[in-house]
Amino acid sequence: MIWANLSVLQIVVPLLTAPLCLLVRNGRVAWALAWIASAASFGCALLLASRVLDGGVVVAELGGWAAPWGIEYRVDLLNAFILLIVSGIGTVVLWSARISIDVEVEADRQGLFYTAWLLCLAGLLGIAVTGDAFNLFVFLEISSLSSYVLIAMGRDRRALTASFQYLVMGTIGATFILIGIGFLYMSTGTLNMQDIAVRLPELGTSRTVESAFAFLTVGIGLKMAMFPLHLWLPNAYAYAPGAVSAFLAATATKVAVYALVRFVYDIFGESFSFGAMPLSLILTTLAVLAVLVASTAAIFQENVKRMLAYSSVAQIGYTLLGVGFATAAGLTASLTHLFNHALMKGALFLSLGCIVFRHGTVIREELAGLGRRMPWTCGAFVLGAISLIGVPLTAGFASKWLLLSAAIEIGWWPVAVVVVLGSLLAVIYVWRVVEVLYRATDDAPARSEAPLSILVPTWILALANVYFGVFTEHSVGFASSAAAWLTGGGS
Amino acid sequence: MKINPVLRIVSKVMIPLILLFALYVQFHGDFGPGGGFQAGVIFASAFILHAMVFGMDAVKRVLSAGMLKALMCVGVFLYGGVGVVTMLLGGAYLDYDLLAETPTGGQHLGIFLVELGVGITVASVMITIFTAFAGRGRGQ
Repeated sequence: MIWANLSVLQIVVPLLTAPLCLLVRNGRVAWALAWIASAASFGCALLLASRVLDGGVVVAELGGWAAPWGIEYRVDLLNAFILLIVSGIGTVVLWSARISIDVEVEADRQGLFYTAWLLCLAGLLGIAVTGDAFNLFVFLEISSLSSYVLIAMGRDRRALTASFQYLVMGTIGATFILIGIGFLYMSTGTLNMQDIAVRLPELGTSRTVESAFAFLTVGIGLKMAMFPLHLWLPNAYAYAPGAVSAFLAATATKVAVYALVRFVYDIFGESFSFGAMPLSLILTTLAVLAVLVASTAAIFQENVKRMLAYSSVAQIGYTLLGVGFATAAGLTASLTHLFNHALMKGALFLSLGCIVFRHGTVIREELAGLGRRMPWTCGAFVLGAISLIGVPLTAGFASKWLLLSAAIEIGWWPVAVVVVLGSLLAVIYVWRVVEVLYRATDDAPARSEAPLSILVPTWILALANVYFGVFTEHSVGFASSAAAWLTGGGS
Repeated sequence: MKINPVLRIVSKVMIPLILLFALYVQFHGDFGPGGGFQAGVIFASAFILHAMVFGMDAVKRVLSAGMLKALMCVGVFLYGGVGVVTMLLGGAYLDYDLLAETPTGGQHLGIFLVELGVGITVASVMITIFTAFAGRGRGQ
């Protein structure tokens, strides 16, 4: 009962702290409340993860109603890992938000900001924790609606159009997901994920099930910014407040990838997804295109935040590659990359947040000589950037290596070449920024480093990139046991 | 609108009935069709009708923006709070059985409180959405 209640509290604490933040007029107090709630969620996630790693599945029946009738929360190896990523990164990023949000959001809206943040966190965690397909849609809407609000709070007026664009695309995505879930309900008569997974093979393939699969794949693809459906992402990340970019880049797309993995491997099952449906071909093709096209687009961006946003589209490509391989090794690489990408994008976007705080702009050409003005900030950026490229001893290397070996294992050499080529493109776009940051300028600028309350979280994430690059046993170990459980007929 | 006597008198007659009907839908929700969401919308529609006929300021005198904000939160706390209380009593989240002496009584009390929370939040959110749109361009 304790464990079951922990999985519920993980969601309920941020969900109930959110209205509290709205009532508190003071931005600082709202921040403190939000941070405590977020840290509490992280604590729950840690406890749940330790429990699940010991070989248990935590099941909570909401309202005391047993599974196929009531909603159940079900924490297994896969979503315990996702819960850790979302709540952990959320807590670190929120730590940095206190000062940066003071600058970027008007004082009277700060309570609202933290309310939306907590709702977004609760929604994302809810998507991961729930074992009910319709409940997943509800949480998806909670997180989406609040993320539209968060993005629209950016200082730049273009944040409004970016948010509206995301709203339109996101709503289409959510509608597709709902249609997919509706079709599943129509053919199986149940909404519980485990129950659907049991009933689907008995039904065989039918048009309804195939349509459900197609709608779900496209809908989730829209939410995760899968390559041709990524158009909302660059603007949304570029014009949102800095902390929001870091938070969403590190968590929101990850949760969408989780939803895809859950539906493909656990609910529909591998034999249907990769046997009856050509998902492997579709995902791999789109992922290869994502890596090549988005990385190339990133090279030509003037705005560094926008550049990182395009890079995120490319990184989602890497993640999908592993899912498309349909092997345990590929899935391990994908899940590891989810974690590692959250670390690197978190560090990179937070260091840009530092730059915005002191310098006011992230247009590349205006950053000349910043390496001497803000050495620690730029150091964190470089650390995140080399992890993004995949230099050995960083987290990025670990996941790229796994991805390469997974591709070679099934003999997909061209795909392996694309992975390496993507890294080379990453060298180009990252180098263009690093070169400007450390370019010699005529005047010797005074040092004006960002305040410690932003710098420390940035460095925590930057050093985590090194830590999880050297000591891979925790991240890769967790990911591989989750992948083995999913592909080994876990359900 | 302010000079149209038919509209003014009809809405004055209707508004109490709408409010009463909303309360009926709210409290009869556990036995028949209805519940907090529908009741909240009906309840809010009375205020919206009043605002359209007699002006926004009349509604603002009764329900200020701050009060609406507080009501929105109260509803959520009521719903979530019931869940937290059942957890503290040693049960699952929202397991109403533990709320009263008998499980049936607990279920009655639990669903009543939860639906009340839904009703309060929905009604205040509906009114807020209306005032947000209607207040545009008036510097509010």
